[in-house]
Amino acid sequence: MTAFLLNLPAIVVVAPLLISVVAVLTPRLFAWPLACLATGLSCLAAWLLYLRFAGGRLSYHLGGWPPPWGIEFAIDGASLLVLVVIASLSFIATIASRGVFFAEIDPADARRVFAAWLLAIGGLLGLVLSADAFNVFVFLEISSLASVTLVAMGGKVDKRALVTAFNYLVIGAIGATFYVIGVGFCYAMTGTLNMLDLADRLPLASNLTPVFIGLAFMVTGLMVKAAIFPVHFWLPPAYGFAPMAVTALLAAVATKAPLYVLGRVVFTIFGGFSVMTGFILQWILIPLALMAILLGTILALYEKDVKTMLAQSSVAQIGYIVLGFGLGTAAGLQAGLLHIANHAMIKGGMFIGLAGMAVALGKRATTSNLAGMGRRMPITAAGFIVCGLSLIGVPLTAGFISKLYLVLAVIDGGYWQITALVLLASALSVAYVWRLVVAFWFWGDGNEARLAENPLVYAPLWLLAVANIWFGINAELIVAAAASGAQSLLAIL
Amino acid sequence: MTLIQFCLMLGLATPLLVAVVAWLTDTLPNVRDAAGPIGALITLAAALMVASDVLAGNIPEWQVVAFTPSIALTFRVTPLGALFGVVAAGMWVMAAIYSVGYMRGGGEAHQTRFAVFYAIAIHAAMAIAWSGNLLVMFVFYEILTFSTYPLVIHKQSPEAMRVGWLYLGMLLATSLLLFLPALVWVWLVAGSLDFTPGGILGGRIGTSQVAWLLLLFVLGIGKAAIMPLHRWLPAAMVAPTPVSALLHAVAVVKAGVFGILMVVVYIIGTDAIIASPATIWLVWLASATILLASIIAMQHDDLKARLAYSTISQLAYIILGACVASRLAVMGAGLHIAMHASAKITLFFCAGALYVAAHRTKVSELDGLGYRMPFLFIAFGVAALSIIGIPPLGGTWSKFFLMAGAAERGLIAVIIVLAISSLLNLYYLLEPVVRGFMKPPLDKSVPARMPLVIIPPVITAGISLWLFFVPWPFAPLVRLMVLQ
Repeated sequence: MTAFLLNLPAIVVVAPLLISVVAVLTPRLFAWPLACLATGLSCLAAWLLYLRFAGGRLSYHLGGWPPPWGIEFAIDGASLLVLVVIASLSFIATIASRGVFFAEIDPADARRVFAAWLLAIGGLLGLVLSADAFNVFVFLEISSLASVTLVAMGGKVDKRALVTAFNYLVIGAIGATFYVIGVGFCYAMTGTLNMLDLADRLPLASNLTPVFIGLAFMVTGLMVKAAIFPVHFWLPPAYGFAPMAVTALLAAVATKAPLYVLGRVVFTIFGGFSVMTGFILQWILIPLALMAILLGTILALYEKDVKTMLAQSSVAQIGYIVLGFGLGTAAGLQAGLLHIANHAMIKGGMFIGLAGMAVALGKRATTSNLAGMGRRMPITAAGFIVCGLSLIGVPLTAGFISKLYLVLAVIDGGYWQITALVLLASALSVAYVWRLVVAFWFWGDGNEARLAENPLVYAPLWLLAVANIWFGINAELIVAAAASGAQSLLAIL
Repeated sequence: MTLIQFCLMLGLATPLLVAVVAWLTDTLPNVRDAAGPIGALITLAAALMVASDVLAGNIPEWQVVAFTPSIALTFRVTPLGALFGVVAAGMWVMAAIYSVGYMRGGGEAHQTRFAVFYAIAIHAAMAIAWSGNLLVMFVFYEILTFSTYPLVIHKQSPEAMRVGWLYLGMLLATSLLLFLPALVWVWLVAGSLDFTPGGILGGRIGTSQVAWLLLLFVLGIGKAAIMPLHRWLPAAMVAPTPVSALLHAVAVVKAGVFGILMVVVYIIGTDAIIASPATIWLVWLASATILLASIIAMQHDDLKARLAYSTISQLAYIILGACVASRLAVMGAGLHIAMHASAKITLFFCAGALYVAAHRTKVSELDGLGYRMPFLFIAFGVAALSIIGIPPLGGTWSKFFLMAGAAERGLIAVIIVLAISSLLNLYYLLEPVVRGFMKPPLDKSVPARMPLVIIPPVITAGISLWLFFVPWPFAPLVRLMVLQ
């Protein structure tokens, strides 16, 4: 038991990675239960880490080898928050996947699909824990390649998924390459890959030009991975054509880890270069975030296909997170981290609910196809809409807390002009979500037959819906966690 | 938990409970329709207990949960809040009875959905009334918007759906783009959002900025329907009359003006407003709304549209009182919430009764109907006179205090505006009554006998009369408000 508790950071990452191999080798009947076991285990481990965490920074040496030679996992407020979010949402998405996956993929592929699924999750979790800039790259590639495989699985329903997956692969590879080139520059100037060592030694580098080039490459690469405007274009088609269960997983967790790493690079590794990073934040990330917010919201308004609409909305929501980070203040980082957690709950829930409805309908979920769903699948539709209200930011939902803290941070940061834009986009988001409310309950195409509702879909969905309401009414836990995350990102360790 | 906390909880939970009961008893319409009036009586009792506790000098408080580390979801009743709570709960009693008669008499569809969201809207109104800080008020302000949407689009006609978008769009856009930034501004300046007598800004904000802040609140609290942000209110009259009556005479619009008044008295502080010369422009904006809305109302033949514009005009009285901000003006504004509510709900009840019992919707169709529906027309006349401000009716007091408040600040022009407006009111609100009793009937049709839609307006008209002689608990509450 003590060994288990002492090695929690390793278990979080290793459980999905190892069990993915087991899943390939065992009969396909076991694939889903094994996936649940693996993600459940890392979810449990992540929560235990959270409960046992006492603040500060916890360093874990994989295999007992100390850095800079061994692999170091670091646990602090920020990584822990993102870790718990990713582990929990992965577990929930895995449970929900059973009910919707096999409508879109061949059951014979179950073993390979769940192996890729676990690899993607393990990669993201490793990415967050890694205290070593190069290992970040390794985990980034593990999760990217696995995600590409998962997106390509949509090819059975729609062949365009294959093209999309290929694009995703190429763009993802470019992003990862940019990142690793940046790491290379920094390594060349300092001789270390450990994030804290880098933070210490980079300011002492003999020539700062390569250091800044390294920073530029790393930030650009991570922007691609995190789907920040204008390098976000892979995201809407990838989410749109992937199997619905995959979309639920990716939308909830995939961009969150690169966003976290972006924060780490800018605020921890380059924490000593506040003038340079301040310039990047103020003149690159904030404008791009605003563009993402506006563009994503407007494109979502004009999108009929609900899955793509939600993907466009994700672009905007990533913009909100980046805007928070871009402010560079503790309040801004807190708002960004808060929205990482809340957006994961919102989008995870919405895509799970959407998947349940689309599978029951047997056709693509456009706004008009979903007419009358509130009466045909009341439980699923209601859960979906609760998460949708949270997306709008209706008070008493988690989304409201995010918006509130973001607006507070924006005004507090002196950018009160931006507030109008943020709030305008938020008001526009009402239109695309409320359209679904109207379609669900106040339209009908005459077909009122009840559709079977799968408890494996609506139980996870309602878990997330209740979480959205709970953290909207009693946000203390999550706000405090985000505050401690912001502290740990800003602290020059 | 003390008795008074229990009353707070009761007043907030009962409407929700009614919503749940109505939802579960979809197949038992009698149980469903009994739940509303019974729940309303319980809520009223709780609201009266809370009001008398406030009058006894206490501050009832109930912290539900800590919202975030820095602000709590808490209810703490101010004198003004106690007043609005009694108004909302009291009018709900009548409206619940009336809406059963109306919905059944009119054979409306989706009666359960109607009952459920009606009760949720009341819950939101009670929560707004008793909110302990501005954030809680904002939260329930938005909940009120969403929960009334299904009521506004009740008929689900293309027209109703279009209006639904207008309703939701205007109320959400104003609250998100103006109200929320104003709230955050206050939060950052004052470090708190608690409603505190005298305001919480404490001179940390310049006198010219006070006017901008007040402007953000007055426009941002779009439910107060000040021009030019009033379009949603007449449009929302596509809803069934009980909705117009309760939500557009009592809960929704009154939540708006109540919010503005709370901001003036407990957030910005009346002294800060008087000290800021630029706020006089808001007085003129409210004055313009009073006159323009009255002039538009005169031109509408449709009775509900006329009442809607009359509401806009009367709401502007309250905003005017808030922006004049002298003690008597604020008292008048607070009183007008109660006085106008009881009178305007009567007028809407009458309009609805005329529609379901006699199928008349236009003022010009009311000729000679007075002798066939005497109680209804007398009730209409009494309520109209109360809104005009003629003794011995409740509206006299609020008009009197508003005028006295304007005089207190030497704003003679405002007194003239109020006087002109009263004359305009006299014309367009009494025209239906005059036509009903003085003109020869158009045809020989006999209105249906529907006691459930006739008795509530007679009672609320009686309340308007009663409030002239015994304005309890409203007059002591507004007095307490300005004395604190």
